Amino acid sequence: MTPTPIRNNRLTLGRVVLYLLLVLFAVYYIVPLYVTLSTSFKSLDEIRSGNLLALPQVWQFDSWAKAWDSACTGVTCDGMQPFFWNSIKMVIPAVLISTFLGAFNGYVFAHWRFRGSEVLFAGLLVGCFIPFQVVILPMAQLLGSFGLANTTTGLVFVHVVYGTAFTTLFFRNYYIGVPEELIKAARIDGAGFFLIFRKIVLPISGPIFVVCIIWQFTQIWNDFLFGIVFASGDSQPITVGLNNLVNTSTGVKEYNVNMAAAVIAALPTLLVYLVAGRYFVRGLTAGAVKG
Amino acid sequence: MSSLSIRSIRKVYTNGVEVLKGIDIEIKDGQFLILVGGSGSGKSTLLNMVAGLESVTSGEILIDGKVVNDLPPKDRDIAMVFQSYALYPSMTVRENIAFGLNVKKVPKHEQEEIVARVAETLQITHLLDRRPAQLSGGQRQRVAMGRAISRKPSLFLFDEPLSNLDAKLRVEMRAEIKRLHQRLKATIVYVTHDQIEAMTMGDLIAVMKDGVVQQLGTPQDIYDNPANLFVAGFIGSPSMNFITVKPVIEGSEVFVGIENAGQNLRLKLPFEADKLRAHVGRDVILGVRPEQITDTSSAHGDVGQELSCLVDLVEPTGPDTLLTTRLNGAAVTCRTHPREAVKPGQSMQLSFNLSKAAMFDPANGERIA
Repeated sequence: MTPTPIRNNRLTLGRVVLYLLLVLFAVYYIVPLYVTLSTSFKSLDEIRSGNLLALPQVWQFDSWAKAWDSACTGVTCDGMQPFFWNSIKMVIPAVLISTFLGAFNGYVFAHWRFRGSEVLFAGLLVGCFIPFQVVILPMAQLLGSFGLANTTTGLVFVHVVYGTAFTTLFFRNYYIGVPEELIKAARIDGAGFFLIFRKIVLPISGPIFVVCIIWQFTQIWNDFLFGIVFASGDSQPITVGLNNLVNTSTGVKEYNVNMAAAVIAALPTLLVYLVAGRYFVRGLTAGAVKG
Repeated sequence: MSSLSIRSIRKVYTNGVEVLKGIDIEIKDGQFLILVGGSGSGKSTLLNMVAGLESVTSGEILIDGKVVNDLPPKDRDIAMVFQSYALYPSMTVRENIAFGLNVKKVPKHEQEEIVARVAETLQITHLLDRRPAQLSGGQRQRVAMGRAISRKPSLFLFDEPLSNLDAKLRVEMRAEIKRLHQRLKATIVYVTHDQIEAMTMGDLIAVMKDGVVQQLGTPQDIYDNPANLFVAGFIGSPSMNFITVKPVIEGSEVFVGIENAGQNLRLKLPFEADKLRAHVGRDVILGVRPEQITDTSSAHGDVGQELSCLVDLVEPTGPDTLLTTRLNGAAVTCRTHPREAVKPGQSMQLSFNLSKAAMFDPANGERIA
């Protein structure tokens, strides 16, 4: 007797419908990106006369150069470049600080419970559900009283405060999977609170660090609300810059420049996903550390 | 090496649950103590308290005559081997063994010597550069033991170290731990739920149930003279037979009636009549080990009383064949020579040696005689 095949590879009607749907969804997601990219390489004339979905007849890169360093965003005309660096200066410390705080908090909540720690953790989780709009006013007052209003440091502070709730949740849930006995063994070996964190716990936290960094990077980089409210002038992040560029009402609408600027603004998060994306899924599904 | 004293130890959790209700155990330098009991007996909690991983509600724990109640684990001079091995996943075997030495700031060259010696003792030298994930269960167990040995603690604590291993490996490691104990002359506290491990490994066994030590003694003593029904049933495999009987006193002799397959038989018990006088005519539980009921030729020389019983189950184990018969409604296992065993449904002459039989009060499980 021949073994029965596990999968039926015949093309049934259901399967055809399934594939059609999948292709449809894929197109649905790809088309905007395609339009953005192809438009960014077209000249303004071609955009006006041509088909939205057509590839550029003449590839031009001036729009990219302009978007980077000479497009006007309101009164200044330095392109996206200064905003880009603002965002970099904001996102790197904000991601690193919130991730490390989360790791530390998670370690405590998972393995060094104390009286009231569960309540504290629950309280911290509420932070994940507070809408941005609610904190804007009190946060503005707080930043003002710290002297951090309209600074990159202030933005970093806001993102760290907001992000720590999420990173703590991520790390705590990951560390719950780290066997209690591992911590006990290290305690008996003579290691203390910090040494155990540094030598035992941190070295096995790779996957969850990747998850946290991607999550935080994407959140903070793409944030617009905090950026526009708490930063001004030379501390504004790239999302605000893009908005200013697109909404500048003087002169003609340079769609190719706008599109190029949009891609520039999205590029870092895309890169992070491409580099670390497969660890993201792995980290999300990683459970207990099997020693 | 050192002694361990556990004095009136109690543990009450904040939710009011009392898991240890006054434990008293003393072991001398170099002794191997087994804490054995089912889940929820408090044996692991007690071990964790000795280790300093859980706080003591009341009572005292002394290591080498010094009260350690409030000392953190690192200052108690102990090492512990866990059920899950608890090897540090990111470190190699070498680093795992050396971690404790590193924390203690032992000089590097000394660390290397110690690791090399420990690895040789446990035959894991070829594994030193591997990570725990690349090791089999038995190898991990060895590494966990190596980590414990390397620090030369005065007290070793084992928390069910063999229960994750397969049967064959468990027997090997059992012997290995025992050999290690003999060579290191270490003081060991070993927690297990497996009564065979308890019997084979320990100098002293503390049988625990519901946070109370039911009996503390040498393995042979506990086997031969169980203090109560729980200990009698827990220690020994196959476990002790319990037959409900009504004792009858005639003169200074004690008899009980035994019913098997419709026939009424009588057994004389070697107990003093006075001990049982209060229980005459009432139900008591007679405990008889399987090897004390055997075929007549295996029982040669023994002072056995012979009864013909109907066999309803036959289980060959190789060296012995276990027969099951029903006495007063209870299934009773007998250990016989394979050659003498009959088929199920046949009757067989069985020899009862009751010199080591025990009698328990069914109301509270206490030993009567």
